[in-house]
Amino acid sequence: MSSLGLVQGLRSSRRRQRKLKRAMIYVFAAVMILFALFPIIWIISASLNPANSLSTQTLIPRHASMQNYRLLLTDNEFSQVYPFTRWLFNSVKLAGVTTLFSVSITTAAAYAFSRFRFRNRQNMLRGILLIQVFPSLLVMVAVFLLIQQIGSVIPDLGLNTHNGLVLTYLGGCMGINIWLMKGYFDSIPREIDESAMVDGATHWQIFTRLLVPLMRPIIVVVAVLSFIFVYGDFVVARILLKTTEQYPLTVGLFIFTSGQFQQQWGVFAAGALMGALPIVVLYLLLQDQIIGGLTQGAVKG
Amino acid sequence: MATGSRATSLIKVGPSRTSTVSSLVSRLVLLALIDAFASWFALSLWMNDSVILAVAIVVLAVLVNVVVLRRDTYPLRWMLVGLVLMSLFAIYPILYNIYVSTTNYGFGHLLTQQQAIDHFETTMYLPEAGAVYTWTAYISEGGGFAVWLQSSDGQGYLAFPGEEIRAVQPGEEGVGELDENGIPLTIEGYERLNRLSVVRYIDQLGELYLGQGEHVVRISSLDLASELEPLYVYEGARDVLVNRQTGVEYTPANGAFTSSSGEALTPGFQVSIGLDNFVEFIRSPALQGPLVRIILWNFAFAFLSVAMTFALGLTVAITFNDRTLHGRKLITTLLLVPYTIPSLITIMVWRGMLNPELGIINRTLESLIGWAPPWFTSPFWAKAAVLLVNLWLGFPYFMLICSGALQAVPLDIYAASEVDGANTWQRFWRITLPLLLVAVGPLLVASFVFNFNNFNIIFLFIEGGPPIAGAATEAGHTDILISYVYNLAFAGGRGAQYGLAAAITMVIFVIIAVITLFQFRFTRMWEEVSENV
Repeated sequence: MSSLGLVQGLRSSRRRQRKLKRAMIYVFAAVMILFALFPIIWIISASLNPANSLSTQTLIPRHASMQNYRLLLTDNEFSQVYPFTRWLFNSVKLAGVTTLFSVSITTAAAYAFSRFRFRNRQNMLRGILLIQVFPSLLVMVAVFLLIQQIGSVIPDLGLNTHNGLVLTYLGGCMGINIWLMKGYFDSIPREIDESAMVDGATHWQIFTRLLVPLMRPIIVVVAVLSFIFVYGDFVVARILLKTTEQYPLTVGLFIFTSGQFQQQWGVFAAGALMGALPIVVLYLLLQDQIIGGLTQGAVKG
Repeated sequence: MATGSRATSLIKVGPSRTSTVSSLVSRLVLLALIDAFASWFALSLWMNDSVILAVAIVVLAVLVNVVVLRRDTYPLRWMLVGLVLMSLFAIYPILYNIYVSTTNYGFGHLLTQQQAIDHFETTMYLPEAGAVYTWTAYISEGGGFAVWLQSSDGQGYLAFPGEEIRAVQPGEEGVGELDENGIPLTIEGYERLNRLSVVRYIDQLGELYLGQGEHVVRISSLDLASELEPLYVYEGARDVLVNRQTGVEYTPANGAFTSSSGEALTPGFQVSIGLDNFVEFIRSPALQGPLVRIILWNFAFAFLSVAMTFALGLTVAITFNDRTLHGRKLITTLLLVPYTIPSLITIMVWRGMLNPELGIINRTLESLIGWAPPWFTSPFWAKAAVLLVNLWLGFPYFMLICSGALQAVPLDIYAASEVDGANTWQRFWRITLPLLLVAVGPLLVASFVFNFNNFNIIFLFIEGGPPIAGAATEAGHTDILISYVYNLAFAGGRGAQYGLAAAITMVIFVIIAVITLFQFRFTRMWEEVSENV
């Protein structure tokens, strides 16, 4: 009897302890979620606040309106100074073009690394990885001077052109992507190529007709990563581009937040939300693949 | 047949079928086009004094030829475009940066020596004993001037600003009859200015450069005009620049033509100065002080960022690892949100939120406790703010990684340790953490390297501020090496200093190289690579 009571008491105290622990976990969760989401709530609120300054802002705007959005998207006078739609277009264009070339280049190169055996193959693979340790961000002075010198001969590839910027991005596109893709190529049995070769297919036919379709999952990952990378670049674009019409979104938005334009927070918030949208959608759609690719990439890089 | 093909397809390096004549022709045509372009490009660069880049283009073009023409380099054709782009836009800048770090390239030293000489040779002066003319001015209705010059032997010349001076007879080029002094009474389209009216225009006339090229005449007084002469003559054999007016000789020293009394002419030019950029950082206290601070903070920033993001990410991962927890999926999804928004944008959002006067956080704190941290003006709080923002940006990544790694820890180890009487705390330190570190260790190093060069957060959030007082170059309390490089090269305030910036980049190179070597060791990367490829 008494021993039974003891066991029951122990059990109930354990249960109470457990309940307490659960409660603490939920409190922690609430704090963390507040920490994680607060800036996002703030930015939504700021974008709806027509006063366009921080001082009058409350978290739930008193006179919510779409004025900031209207200013960015449809106001002609405003867009002559801050061509927001142009920035958005530039960003998508730069990221799209770079991604297209980068995926083509890396897929073909990874095919060669996976399917051929040649001298210095391993050294080249390592070298490509090693070069990524020094990205163009690090050597920005040299990249700037390089593009300047190229531009003195071919102005269309020089400073303040998107061409020069895309070429700089492409210079860094081989690297971890080659490793991701080569690994995937390696996982496709060679027997597939061989049987096609017996039927008289060339390497090019095997590559384009047989393997590229099979590679689609990894191509999507590499493409999305490359798109996000270019879309999110700031420093290279900031160094190489001079005029506001050429800016991508990131460099353009920085104008609103820095220096004498410190009052433009409402406009900034609206622009930032619209600018972040494409990337957030991409993430939500392809979350698992991206995270898989990122972690794998990070392990190897 | 099948086995034969299998053996060759793995080992053979040539195209799978012997190349046909047409493919050979098209390859040669393509190569000819590439070579023509490369030659033109290299030559133009050479003429523009971009000698190093010109050489690089030639080397690259030769390599492309080798790859396209040789049979055993067939696999490289598959990656030729990528390799060319990588060589030019990734490898070349690394090497070029090393070169620039040994020069004085920068503000006041942007030109090559030849360009500087060209500049000086077009500088003119008015010699006291040059060719002298008497002059008469004519004005057009639009306010343009024509000038009639007469040399001492009476020969007349017609002169316009920026046009060649020509000896003209009456009747030619609209020049009318000459008066008794040999001066044309009329010039077509222009009206002659008499002695009195010329005074009104004398200021304008004095600014004209009549003539073009080597023969330029300027009006020097109410009566006389004199021919200008180049102020400097470069004597290539002795490598000196002579000032013809004063006779002073300037010899190249430290990237500028310098007289024996130490006067240096601007603009200077680029020269190789060896390791002087590095020596200067060690010798000059105004440079050295900020640099040491920046390096220390750079390490502290990277280390603290990794430690904090990892600690919070791990805590979150362990806390919500319990599969029986209600709403677990929702909680983790919400906590991942910071990870999905481009970090550039959220960094700028934080800049607004922490704005000292107006930002919502400081206003709330002010109204609650009457005090708020001066995030952007105090060195300490600026650093704290940068770390806070980076914590927000980075913890979801480690949460993801750690929750993945936790799944891989075998549960029976915990069961066994429970039997042995280990408590939760001990289990964490003795089992969970060591096992996790094995899996996550390389990622921690990678994250350290990433944060070591995390330009975006430093620049977009606070632009390196607040400034360090007394620094010789623009440097701030939150500046890390890479943002310092940006300041030196691009921030403008004191002019671009590419040489110094490249020298700082070399410091980053060395640090990153050491960490990377360590990382490869740590992860046994090379061995793994050798086994797997």
